[in-house]
Amino acid sequence: MTTALTQTVGLTRPKTTRFNANPIIRIVLMLLALSAMSGLAIITLFIFKEGVPIIAKVGFRHFLFSSNWYPLEGEFGIFSMIMGSLAVTAGAMVVGMVFGLGCAILLTQFCPPRWVSIIKPAIELLAGIPSVVYGFIGVAILVPFIRDYLGGPGLSVLASSIVLGVMTLPTITSISVDALQAVPRTYGEGSIALGATEWQTTYMVILKAARSGIVAAVILGMGRAIGETMAVIMVAGNTLDVPHSILDPVRTLTSNIALEMGYAAGDHRKALFATGVTLFVIIMILNTIALTVSRRRSKGKVLAK
Amino acid sequence: MRWALTTAALLLALVLVCVDWRGGKTTPINVIGSTSIQPFAEMLAEEFNKRPTNNLQQNWTVDVQGGGSTAGLQAAVNGMADIGMCSRELKKTPEEAGTFTPIVIARDGLAIVVHPSNPLNGVTKSQIQKMFEGQITNWKELGGRDQPVRLITREEGSGTREAFQKLVMGKSRISRKALTQESNGSVKELVKHDPAAVGYMSLGLVGAELKALTVDGAPATAAEVVANRYPLIRPFLFVTKGPPSDKAKLFIDYVLSPPGQQMLEKEGLIGAPNKLEQP
Repeated sequence: MTTALTQTVGLTRPKTTRFNANPIIRIVLMLLALSAMSGLAIITLFIFKEGVPIIAKVGFRHFLFSSNWYPLEGEFGIFSMIMGSLAVTAGAMVVGMVFGLGCAILLTQFCPPRWVSIIKPAIELLAGIPSVVYGFIGVAILVPFIRDYLGGPGLSVLASSIVLGVMTLPTITSISVDALQAVPRTYGEGSIALGATEWQTTYMVILKAARSGIVAAVILGMGRAIGETMAVIMVAGNTLDVPHSILDPVRTLTSNIALEMGYAAGDHRKALFATGVTLFVIIMILNTIALTVSRRRSKGKVLAK
Repeated sequence: MRWALTTAALLLALVLVCVDWRGGKTTPINVIGSTSIQPFAEMLAEEFNKRPTNNLQQNWTVDVQGGGSTAGLQAAVNGMADIGMCSRELKKTPEEAGTFTPIVIARDGLAIVVHPSNPLNGVTKSQIQKMFEGQITNWKELGGRDQPVRLITREEGSGTREAFQKLVMGKSRISRKALTQESNGSVKELVKHDPAAVGYMSLGLVGAELKALTVDGAPATAAEVVANRYPLIRPFLFVTKGPPSDKAKLFIDYVLSPPGQQMLEKEGLIGAPNKLEQP
């Protein structure tokens, strides 16, 4: 096709390119792709190799279901941190979904296009702010506010949920917007033609059609929330207790690793790797659940048609 | 063709980077460890690096890094650091006392700090222990305001925490409900803004914004630490693996010399018992 084009335009191919670079580029790209994958494989192997023996030594039950974390005395129980990570992530998802999805609906359904071109990039800009900055704003503004008006130490599940929720906004909003925009216009028009109001159309037709994309957005947001470390260390308080209310401080799995990595040696270090293994498994489980749910739902939709 | 050019340019850049990297003229003396000693060591290093050069030291500059006492000890073992900083006494185990040469560069009080608005002025050591164990949960029990005690501790492995554990807690454990912060600075930040908080930190870093409680009747001041009346005192150590190397000794001697010690004393620390005489 290229030759046809050059011929019609009246150009000839330069004669100087003697060797064909394509195979080389293909090999280079293949190597790059493989090295990215081998990176994942090496990381997985390494944390499991370092972490699993200590879980076996401490006892699986004790490691997962005890809240006694006294690494220097050889007690490694991470139950409170698992609960901490789950609580903070759940909270962040509530905040992220309410605001992110709300924003996406507004942008795609009820908003003049010119506004979209301003609001969407602005929200995406949030992704470029470093997490320390989020943490700092959390400590400087959010934490004193919670301490003064709601009680407790301020450093809390609530503070971390809000900070993480805002951090996941760009992911959730922009992917949800794409999903909602991908819904064929005929769906909405058909619904309106049948006499549904705009809100009924959005709620009962568009959102349902875009469901799998929205679930994907939430999964990605969740990944960011559960893996975030720096901002959480700054606003979560890092206690070793299982939280009983959203005003209680918590320690998450990631902040446990980051807090103690600098010092840890021997079994303590291995226990931190084991914390990483736990985090890895939790993320796998959450992703699998979310993916199966979204798949089953979309299958059901096809059948219902 | 463009391809080859790009590759060549990249290679050239790589070579240049390497050359530049290896062409540095000064060799660092690496000092790594405790975040409690770090600010003081940085100050000393700055002065040390500014000093007029003589033949021996003209190529040496001191690099100070934090990371914590335990990290400092590790760095000294594996050769990453020429000098490790440790803000607690060495444990009497072959891995610590058997490996390192400790040099006391100064002594520091461990201050129990509260919000300036806290009406309480003094506590006893056993009251501090009960607070941090989680037995005393309200300031009322100590004669203060009716508000919950908010404990602030340091992370596992911190020299300040280990010194506190040894000096105050003994065998008992710090409560699980204690908020954990990762540096003296963030403990200070938290206590400064929370009227119910209590934490512990290096006396030299307390500053004017916090209130340091009297412990067992002795006010938390440098003078009381020097007089050995204040009960919570810990050493600030420089450690080296085996005897100090020649370049490590350059900085250690400077820190123990009169100008170095005066600088530390001006910052609220208590001079070393084995400081050098005027050369």
